[in-house]
Amino acid sequence: MNQWQRRLAYWRRRYDITDVVVWLFGLLILAVAVYGTVRSLQTTTYDSKRWAQFVVYGISQGGVYALIALGYTLVYGILFMINFAHGEIFMFGAFGALFTALALDKAGYWDGQPVLSLIIVLLVAMTTSSVVAVLVERIAYRPLRKAPRLVPLITAIGASFTLQYTARSFFGSGLRAFPEMEMLKGSVNVWGLEIGKSHALTIVVSLLMMAGLYWYVQRTKTGKAMRAVAENKDVAALMGIDVDQIIVRTFILGASMAGVAGVLYSLIFFQVKFFMGFVPGIKAFTAAVLGGIGNIPGAMLGGYFLGIFESLGPALILEGLGIPAPSQLKDVIAFTMLVMVLIFRPTGILGEAVAEKRA
Amino acid sequence: MAPILVARHVTKRFGGLVAVNDLDFEIEEHAIASVIGPNGAGKTTFFNCITGFYVPEEGTIEFEGKEIQGLRPDKITTMGIARTYQNIRLFGKMSAIENVMVGMHPRLSLHWWDAIVHTPAFIRQEKKVLRRAWELLDYIGLAEWANHQANSLPYGAQRRLEIARALASEPKLLLLDEPTAGMNPQETAEMIAFIRQLRDDWNLTILLIEHDMKVVMTISEKITVLDFGTKIAEGKPEEIQRNPRVIEAYLGRGAASGLSTAEATAPAA
Amino acid sequence: MQNATIWRSTVKAGLLTGVIAIYIALTGMVLSLSQRPVIGKLSLGHVVYMLVFAGMGYIVARRHVGKTQRALVPVHGALVGGLGAALLALLPIVGRKIDLAWMFVTAKPNLYKFLLFNQESTALGIGYLILTGAALGAATATLPVLPPVLHQALLGGASTTLLMGVLAELVQRTILKKALGPLFAYKGLKPWGAAVLFVALSVLFGLYAWWRQNHPQAQRSVPLETGPEPAWKRSLKLGLLLLLLLILPIWLLSKDTYLNSVLNLVGLYVIMGLGLNIVVGFAGLLDLGYVAFFAIGAYTVALMTSLGPLGMGYSFWQALPVAIVFALSAGVILGVPVLRMRGDYLAIVTLGFGEIIRILANSDWLKPFMGGALGVLDIPKPEIFGRVLKEEYQLYYLILAGILLTWFIASRLYHSRVGRAWQALREDEDVAEAMGIHLVTTKLLAFGFGAAFSGLSGAIFAAKVGSVYPHTFNLIISINVLSLIIVGGIGSLPGVVVGALALVGLPELLREFSEYRMLFYGIALIAMMLVKPEGFWPKRLNVYARPDESAPETAQ
Repeated sequence: MNQWQRRLAYWRRRYDITDVVVWLFGLLILAVAVYGTVRSLQTTTYDSKRWAQFVVYGISQGGVYALIALGYTLVYGILFMINFAHGEIFMFGAFGALFTALALDKAGYWDGQPVLSLIIVLLVAMTTSSVVAVLVERIAYRPLRKAPRLVPLITAIGASFTLQYTARSFFGSGLRAFPEMEMLKGSVNVWGLEIGKSHALTIVVSLLMMAGLYWYVQRTKTGKAMRAVAENKDVAALMGIDVDQIIVRTFILGASMAGVAGVLYSLIFFQVKFFMGFVPGIKAFTAAVLGGIGNIPGAMLGGYFLGIFESLGPALILEGLGIPAPSQLKDVIAFTMLVMVLIFRPTGILGEAVAEKRA
Repeated sequence: MAPILVARHVTKRFGGLVAVNDLDFEIEEHAIASVIGPNGAGKTTFFNCITGFYVPEEGTIEFEGKEIQGLRPDKITTMGIARTYQNIRLFGKMSAIENVMVGMHPRLSLHWWDAIVHTPAFIRQEKKVLRRAWELLDYIGLAEWANHQANSLPYGAQRRLEIARALASEPKLLLLDEPTAGMNPQETAEMIAFIRQLRDDWNLTILLIEHDMKVVMTISEKITVLDFGTKIAEGKPEEIQRNPRVIEAYLGRGAASGLSTAEATAPAA
Repeated sequence: MQNATIWRSTVKAGLLTGVIAIYIALTGMVLSLSQRPVIGKLSLGHVVYMLVFAGMGYIVARRHVGKTQRALVPVHGALVGGLGAALLALLPIVGRKIDLAWMFVTAKPNLYKFLLFNQESTALGIGYLILTGAALGAATATLPVLPPVLHQALLGGASTTLLMGVLAELVQRTILKKALGPLFAYKGLKPWGAAVLFVALSVLFGLYAWWRQNHPQAQRSVPLETGPEPAWKRSLKLGLLLLLLLILPIWLLSKDTYLNSVLNLVGLYVIMGLGLNIVVGFAGLLDLGYVAFFAIGAYTVALMTSLGPLGMGYSFWQALPVAIVFALSAGVILGVPVLRMRGDYLAIVTLGFGEIIRILANSDWLKPFMGGALGVLDIPKPEIFGRVLKEEYQLYYLILAGILLTWFIASRLYHSRVGRAWQALREDEDVAEAMGIHLVTTKLLAFGFGAAFSGLSGAIFAAKVGSVYPHTFNLIISINVLSLIIVGGIGSLPGVVVGALALVGLPELLREFSEYRMLFYGIALIAMMLVKPEGFWPKRLNVYARPDESAPETAQ
């Protein structure tokens, strides 16, 4: 038997009809997407500048996703569970920012001392998110760390809804307006491209935060301990690492990123709502899976990829298919992508073979 | 007698690590054979390759003349290979008898519509299932525990229940992963006798992974020694005991005496 | 030393009580529930936060009994309640000085006024509040010190009386009115009515506790020892239950439209719950997009039967099987790619799928076919033997039939090879596969049945309500169903009914509460997993009797 025959025989043994159906299904979606793209590009009414703006917008949005995705990935890396409540941690960060900003605005500092105000707002948001995350970990996750896997998943969903509707009852069910900042109005010109100042700020801040996080995890003692705990909790405990402590710090780290994301999100959209964590939460999760869950650079890459894809998607794919009001289906694109990734590359772009390692 | 399982050039890698390296292995029908080796020698990985949980990168595994490497685990079980686990993996929240009934799964044929309508064939089959499950529990002496939750059984009983569950699938080849781990000498002796009896009563071929040298030497007709995924020796117990490479693998590395470390590091529960 | 730690734990509990009370006050629950009187002027709003003092006092007392002098236990209780009340009092003290409403929308003067028992003077109100807290804490803390029979009697009497007061509306609309009517005011219990009820119920509970104390062998029949129930006993029980179910809407609920509509809603959730129970409870697959199949069932019936411009003019009975088949197919189509993923991925992908269905139904793209945000209207009621089931109590029988059918199927499947394979899968996927179980088909089967049941429920829902809108089918329904099977008991069929009554029926009867429903579900999910993971009606192990060897083999 030559190489190809062997391989064919191997595939025939390993895969069955359901696999083939799944691939055909995936290929069908892919084909539709490609067809739509080609049609869109043939008939497009947008010029190259508009496309470039879509991309920039996607990058800034993607930065927010990436920051949230880091929280999913950090917690997953260490506890092998999805922290469903992470979207809500992001939302609480935004509320923390909102109230600080309102107070600063009232006192006249918001436009008087914009840079200082921003730093204060960021710190408050990070703290708020961290407090919420630590509470969630303490109440809903820690007592159940040894329970069957379905159990912490259920408490995570419970925590998510508790937080969401706590925010609704405390802060109201309507939209709360985030104060606009004089400094962030208008746009800057980068290589002939008009970029809104708040988008530019988002891109810069998210990159800085991620660089900081990467440094923290790679270089500091805590970061090393985190990686040790992720590798093997029991051995790490034997090495004198306080596992509970490290897990709490991981939650704080992830939550701080989510808090920053909450501020940036508010600065782009100028509104805060109890429900705002849900969709970005799922999308950030998609980003984390896309990059390979548990993988820090992967989460960042996944975030940007998803942001850009989502921003381009409706115009690029759906318009060519003749679908009216394609931006309504933005979320559908993201979710479809999640399914596609899980079908074709469940370990993500940069993911290691988690499944095999854990077996 | 003809070999029932033949492995040729089996290699399994995890990233850079070669867990099983170019392994050739045979086991005769109706034999009891063992695979031994220090921790991390690739014994369990080899088991996982046989049962389809891992797919070896290279090589072939033939069971009764049919290639099985790369088949899904459920297909392999249906063909007649059953296994137990080193760290007991029963269906903890199901009762003992239900565990055995799950074991019979590959030998049952009726579908959900039969179950909903309760066709005569279904009722007949369920009766048979029940009778056989009780027979098996009687055989391993756990009938009194039949309706108790599996994870509430005593340790030794759980080990035996795992064997009963494996027997329920009517295997021809039974793989036992450290069946005496965590047992005291008396329980161990009982288990050895039990394994022999199993082979004769059910006309089985049995392949063991063991850490306990005494067990291995008493029970096996053939021993295969792995070290770093490579086969370093194979033969009858007496030959293995005298083999210098085996002694080196067990004794040569590290300060402590290898044989006793191997026993000491075997998981206690 | 020992003493000091006990006091410290009491103080801790008191602080926790205060935090919980403040939390409840800030959610606005206290104010909105104050519209519903329970006993005399005592409203549900009062009850909610006072229950925190009473409950915490009770819990602390139960922990302390035996560790400290008996006489001191009520003092601990009083401290817990009083401390909690004092912390709660901080809210009006601070709130009357500084405006908190810009942050907490509920922190308004009327909340403070309510918390301070309508006293203008802050000091007097706080005095009342702390006194109430301490009194309640002390009262409930006394219970564990009393003799067990008295303890049971008072606890049972008090909680049941409160429940009756809360559910006054239910009592007044049903057959119970004839017996208990005079005890009730227009809303809630009359004070003397409550007293009578409390005494009567306490006596009943006391007698029961006394009887159980003297007949320990009757406490619980352990099937392990007694074997399965005899067949005649089972049939009799089933027959009685069925009879009760048949006369429920017309006799017990007196054909009341509102109550029957609530009952029907509960019934629809039971059907969904039975379906999701197969997926989550039996097979251990967490599906958060369950509402999608409900939506598919509802939309199929809506579009096929609607008398509006989008409808196709089929009858309900023609549309029903199509709806079920569509839901089932959707389940299988979604299942094939999704079911090879690990548990947590599955949860989030199904969640995404649920959202996709809702977004699509809402989109302009599919508006010409599905009505977009305006939904589909004019769905006719089902007709049977020429009679239109237009009243709620008539629809009840349709839903009951659905429940019986799904229950039957779920139970039969559970006791078969498929059911055992599902359970094995739930326990350990790898081992299940090594036992010869084909993972994908087994999971698909669970998913398919779950989807079909949900589709059935959706189909009846569309006909019952008469119109469908995309925004009805949001994630909340999925979470609702998940919560009810968890509260009832994962994998337990009666648990589904218990869960649906508690989590759908109760909030529906207390309309003021519906705003806090989701909050309550979230907390319930966490609390159940922490305190009572097996649920309120736990699944019991099957008992397998040894087959009768003497029975003739040839009977088959």
